[in-house]
Amino acid sequence: MAKIKKIIKTIKVDVALCNGCRACEMICSAFHAEPKYSSNNPERARIRVIRDPLRDVYLPVYAGEYAEAECMGREKYVLDGREYGECDFCRASCPSRDLFKEPDSGLPLKCDMCEDDPPQEEPLCVKWCINDALIYEEREEEVEEEVELEEMETALKVLLDKYGLQKLTDTVSRLSQKD
Amino acid sequence: MRYSEAGYNLEIDLSTGNIERVETDPVWTELYLGGLGTNAKILWDRVPPETEPFSPDNLLIFSTGLLCSTPAPGANRTMVTTLSPQTQLMAYSMMGGFFAPELKYAGYDKLIIRGKSPSLVYLWIHNDKVEIRDASHLRGKGAVETQEIIKQELKEPKAHVAAIGLAGENRVFFASIEQGRSSASRQGIGAVMGDKGLKAIAVRGTKYDINIVRPAEYIGLCEDVMKYIQHRQANPIPGVMPILSILGSPQEMLHVDEKWHTENFMWGNSRVRKKDFWNKEIEEKWKETQENVRTRLISCYNCPIKCGATISIPGIANYMMKCFSKLTYTMAAFSDLDFGFRIAQRATEYGVDGFSCPQVMAFAVELKEAGILTDKDFEGCPSDNDGRFFWLLDRIVRREGIGDILADGTYWAAQKIGNGAEEYAHNNIKKHEQLPLKLGMLNPIYFLMYATNEKINITQIEGQFPQAPFATMEEKEEFVKDWVQVPDEKFKEYFLKWEFRGEYSMPFYPGVEACCEIVDWMERMHYVDDSLGMCAGLSSFPLKPPYHIHNYPKFISAAAGIDMDADGLTQIAKRNRNLVRANNIRRGMRRADENPPQNHWKKRFPELEEALLDGYYKFKGWNRDGIPTKESLQELNLAYVAEDFIQRGILKNGQD
Repeated sequence: MAKIKKIIKTIKVDVALCNGCRACEMICSAFHAEPKYSSNNPERARIRVIRDPLRDVYLPVYAGEYAEAECMGREKYVLDGREYGECDFCRASCPSRDLFKEPDSGLPLKCDMCEDDPPQEEPLCVKWCINDALIYEEREEEVEEEVELEEMETALKVLLDKYGLQKLTDTVSRLSQKD
Repeated sequence: MRYSEAGYNLEIDLSTGNIERVETDPVWTELYLGGLGTNAKILWDRVPPETEPFSPDNLLIFSTGLLCSTPAPGANRTMVTTLSPQTQLMAYSMMGGFFAPELKYAGYDKLIIRGKSPSLVYLWIHNDKVEIRDASHLRGKGAVETQEIIKQELKEPKAHVAAIGLAGENRVFFASIEQGRSSASRQGIGAVMGDKGLKAIAVRGTKYDINIVRPAEYIGLCEDVMKYIQHRQANPIPGVMPILSILGSPQEMLHVDEKWHTENFMWGNSRVRKKDFWNKEIEEKWKETQENVRTRLISCYNCPIKCGATISIPGIANYMMKCFSKLTYTMAAFSDLDFGFRIAQRATEYGVDGFSCPQVMAFAVELKEAGILTDKDFEGCPSDNDGRFFWLLDRIVRREGIGDILADGTYWAAQKIGNGAEEYAHNNIKKHEQLPLKLGMLNPIYFLMYATNEKINITQIEGQFPQAPFATMEEKEEFVKDWVQVPDEKFKEYFLKWEFRGEYSMPFYPGVEACCEIVDWMERMHYVDDSLGMCAGLSSFPLKPPYHIHNYPKFISAAAGIDMDADGLTQIAKRNRNLVRANNIRRGMRRADENPPQNHWKKRFPELEEALLDGYYKFKGWNRDGIPTKESLQELNLAYVAEDFIQRGILKNGQD
């Protein structure tokens, strides 16, 4: 199978440079408001800073995949003498906590790297972090090319699986006669 | 829908336990913007002048500003307003941090507290859910400790808590309110909180979105500010001392070179100047001390400038510090930086003002040396210098023995002690301790600022205009080249002509009129900041800040939809300025109170000072006694103030 190039978007988080201001949360929620920047509320942000100033814990975390169930167990990390909580490094919107949930609907939030048309130079959280705790990087990776079905083919395959070939052809011919 | 503001205040009566969410009048936003402006209006309307600071009728207002929580970098200030037990005037101490944004995301512009709780309580504000909770288990706890305990018992690590320590509980006249890395310290507002039986306020806001009228335009303005901040930090202003060359409040947590402060500010009870103090050995020792305890440089909400730091000293609890409190204890006690960091930790837990408290202790030590206070007053005090200051601090916040008298600040303590003690309370304006500075030649600009500023803190009026002339014309020309912040080109002329010696030097240059204009400009920007909730460190305090009279109107109008230009904003700042003054005039403040400490400058010029004050009052639309005239009040839509003044006989109808 052929190899193709894929862009991997990465935000490098340097916790030592975080000044704890939460501008990343604010601008994330503003960017994703409708219309853009018309409102802000960090509770809607797809990045949150886990903060515990007196213990010098500052950890920006991005919203990742939704998890239906919480983990079976938990772990704690001690790094440079600082203890990080059980779920601090986890990106999931999950039943165990109130993080990364749209406050009105409770629906999960997920970082989309500020995909936009025309594209932004970098995610907004990175742009607003002028202390460089957040750095945007892109790298190319070679991945196996997957044989991708065309959109219509995918849709027909679903119908085929559900109703069988006979029903599907009958329906198509009936629809074509109507015109 | 309201733009840029929540449109609701939270009113809490601690005597009755009544809690109300009250819609605000949008017309007030157009007239006063918010923050300090609307605080002053509420105080005027609801707190009659005969009210004592420690009365249930005194209000304690925690306010956000109009731009707080919008994307504008640095819009995070909480303006706390009440009557001060120390000055007996309107207090408007402020703090940065995270409290105001959290309150606004909970859906409130202000928290207005009245009455007195019969027992010690704390408030828990979680969006629409507001509770008055028992705080008896927190009695005597430190202000920092209290914040942590409350967050734990509420299981809300993201809540932000403003708390008082032992000083506030015991109504020490210079008690502060502490919150995260910030504190509202001046004028004893922590004592009022303690008097109300309120140990702390915890806030968590998740429900309220801050709306912007013209988002695309607004975010463009904010991005310009961010770019300018980066440019300004990368290009410090040449020719001024490091702490004034970049943005933020003085970068005391960053810088270790303290030659300027230690050799120019006074030690002890603002007495002794140590002209050759700073040397290589001290520099190395202090650098080591600071770098060993400073864990991280930190910021307030939505601000890239790192004015604060987490301080971790082995064996004692961690705390956070900012600005000049690093040196106030050190210098008051003639000690070293290690002592400064150690005693500041205890002082932060107790919740005391880092300016007044060290001076009060140094004042006590001086009185002891002069024989006015006796061994009996110091019974049980350790004999070593540092130990003596820890001992005094402990006595003051508990109001034990001599501490009970000292807890009222140097002015009131001197009155009580008598026997010549008044001479030692020598560094006050309006009964409040000032920066420990004693200088040579009268500076006419600073004379006016010290005399008339009602925040009673020089840092809350100065900024914008350089503190001293530059040496050469090349340097001056270089400075004015990109000085876009000036409201008028004439300020550049004033600065270009200004020299160290000769015809164009202090005290007679800048002339009276120019001094009035310069001071008015600086003060105006502070009043705008305090209404918008913008940190002075990005605006009115440093030279060439990102926010100024030309771009602020655009921010206000794109965020809140209020038509605004520089003249309109100037008019609002003037209105708010006069309203603050009206509150104080009604409480008895007059020209005689507007007097810098006699020894602040060695060379005084009584006639010039009279002319400056006369000129400034006239410029401001105030009469010879400093009272706003009927005409100037009417022009500012403050006819109700004029009527009140006439009714009370403060102003006579038909004359100024």
